[in-house]
Amino acid sequence: MNHDNYDDDYIRDILSAHKSFAMVGASPNIVRPSYFALKYLMQKGFRVIPVNPTHAGKTLLGETIVGSLKDLEDPVDIVDVFRNAKEAVPITEDAIEIGAKVVWMQLGVRNDEAAKIAEAAGLKVVMNRCPKIEYGRLSGEIGWAGVNTRTISNRRPRLAKGFQHRVIGGGRTRRRPVAQD
Amino acid sequence: MTQDREPGFDTLAIHAGAQPDAETGARITPIYQTTAFVFDDADHAASLFNLEAFGNIYGRIMNPTQAVLEERVAALEAGTAALAVASGHAAQLVVFHTLLEPGDEFIAARQLYGGSVNQFNHSFKKCDWRVVWADAGDPKSFEKAVSDKTKAIFVESLANPGGVVTDLEAVAKVAQSAGVPLIVDNTLASPYLCRPVEFGADIVVHSLTKFLGGHGNSLGGIIVDCGTFDWLASGRYPTLSEPSESYHGIRMAETFGDFGFAIAARVLALRDLGPCISPFNAFQILTGIETLPLRMQRHCDNALGVARWLEAHDKISWVNYAGLEGNSYYELAQKYCPKGAGSVFTFGVKGGFEAGIELVSSCELFSHLANIGDTRSLIIHPASTTHRQLTAEQLVSAGAGEDVVRVSVGIEDLDDIIGDLDQALAKA
Repeated sequence: MNHDNYDDDYIRDILSAHKSFAMVGASPNIVRPSYFALKYLMQKGFRVIPVNPTHAGKTLLGETIVGSLKDLEDPVDIVDVFRNAKEAVPITEDAIEIGAKVVWMQLGVRNDEAAKIAEAAGLKVVMNRCPKIEYGRLSGEIGWAGVNTRTISNRRPRLAKGFQHRVIGGGRTRRRPVAQD
Repeated sequence: MTQDREPGFDTLAIHAGAQPDAETGARITPIYQTTAFVFDDADHAASLFNLEAFGNIYGRIMNPTQAVLEERVAALEAGTAALAVASGHAAQLVVFHTLLEPGDEFIAARQLYGGSVNQFNHSFKKCDWRVVWADAGDPKSFEKAVSDKTKAIFVESLANPGGVVTDLEAVAKVAQSAGVPLIVDNTLASPYLCRPVEFGADIVVHSLTKFLGGHGNSLGGIIVDCGTFDWLASGRYPTLSEPSESYHGIRMAETFGDFGFAIAARVLALRDLGPCISPFNAFQILTGIETLPLRMQRHCDNALGVARWLEAHDKISWVNYAGLEGNSYYELAQKYCPKGAGSVFTFGVKGGFEAGIELVSSCELFSHLANIGDTRSLIIHPASTTHRQLTAEQLVSAGAGEDVVRVSVGIEDLDDIIGDLDQALAKA
């Protein structure tokens, strides 16, 4: 698996097939990037359970924050790592134990050892990507902010309820251009 | 659904950023001639204002027609994001407003469009953003100009009024050592001829008015974020790395990753200064961009034909076109714009100033006006017009001395273009 460059289909499949996240390192602080991602993913219909021992027991956007992955009461599909790369291995081991399908590490977080462990256990891995940005890119929403989605499409955008809400649709895609590899 | 093949430049020029309209199926991007956009509810509105949700709020800050234009140019320049504004000047204002604080210095090549020279020497000076001049032909002059106050370096890839090609890689090395972003005005080349990001640029600007729009009908400017500068690691650009007061303390470069600069430029400088592009102009420019590859190649082929013809003409004292083998920038042109050296260049008519004026007045096809990058061939005498507000010394430094005539060769039949200059020169 090439973790430098992901096929858009790989990311799209993960975001389309799965319905829930456990966000490890989620913060109730509204200026943190994790809060932005949490709120956005919830708006897109995902269940996002915040995991943060410092704030365990508090409520965040309708969900109760749990202290660790092992404290989750319901199964989750994707474990989102909003922590330092150093913590990726123990988080991955917990993710495997609780039956998650995907380990997703945030922008700037990459741990190839954790990736190997996850993939050996049959989980998919995404590293150094933000699910909000990827969802925004593949739905085309991020294009409204002038961001290069790196896709082209002859298809109608797929809409969700309300003004200016899209869900992920199809379309011809392309890989990240060489200049940024 | 994924194709192995990455879309080529010509395909991106037509398709990047655009999708059929969800409701009507309209294939072409609608002109969203609206100032504002309805919210679902108060929460939706708050999410948009907090930058949590993507979407349109108000026309000064964003517009869906404009967004297609932005994504298109970002894709063509291989950047992460772009921001369209009212003009090239506005693009420069927004870039520098985002990067600099009063008292900061920036290094700029002398070989620039006269309007940029004025902007830096006059209006930027008023903001206490201090330009330090260097020589595009001498990368070492940039090194010498670096001080502990330097915050950016600015050059044109293909310089106006023509003939000069900047050694982007060499200047990029200076910028990297100094820990500052390299800003490249790529207007005269367009991404078809040159992609500055490939040579180390961090930010690219264009006057969309010129070759990108290509038809002389709409003003516009654009800023492209190459996504290559690490604002957080640098720490010298508080607008990008420090908590943003008007956005509850988010750090732009942290929240928005490698397109943080483009977002900050939009939600801070554009929001507060207001030089927004009109949706109609964005549409016109988008349409023009679809034929950019065809037009640019014809521009370059025609320009080379004209330059060669002029070179051989006994009434012409010199021709400064980087596409001519004898030109001192020929080698750099082969490296940085191998498909062609653009179509804006200068030459001197024997008889100096007077002969130049006579030539300009006698043309019957070339339009005498202040613009470049139109389908129509254009001619002007820079010293008395576009570069008029410069001192005699600045004129020469910018390549616009008293005897200089500048042409922007269009995409008419080459025989007609040459024929016009022929009959006009006979009178000069």
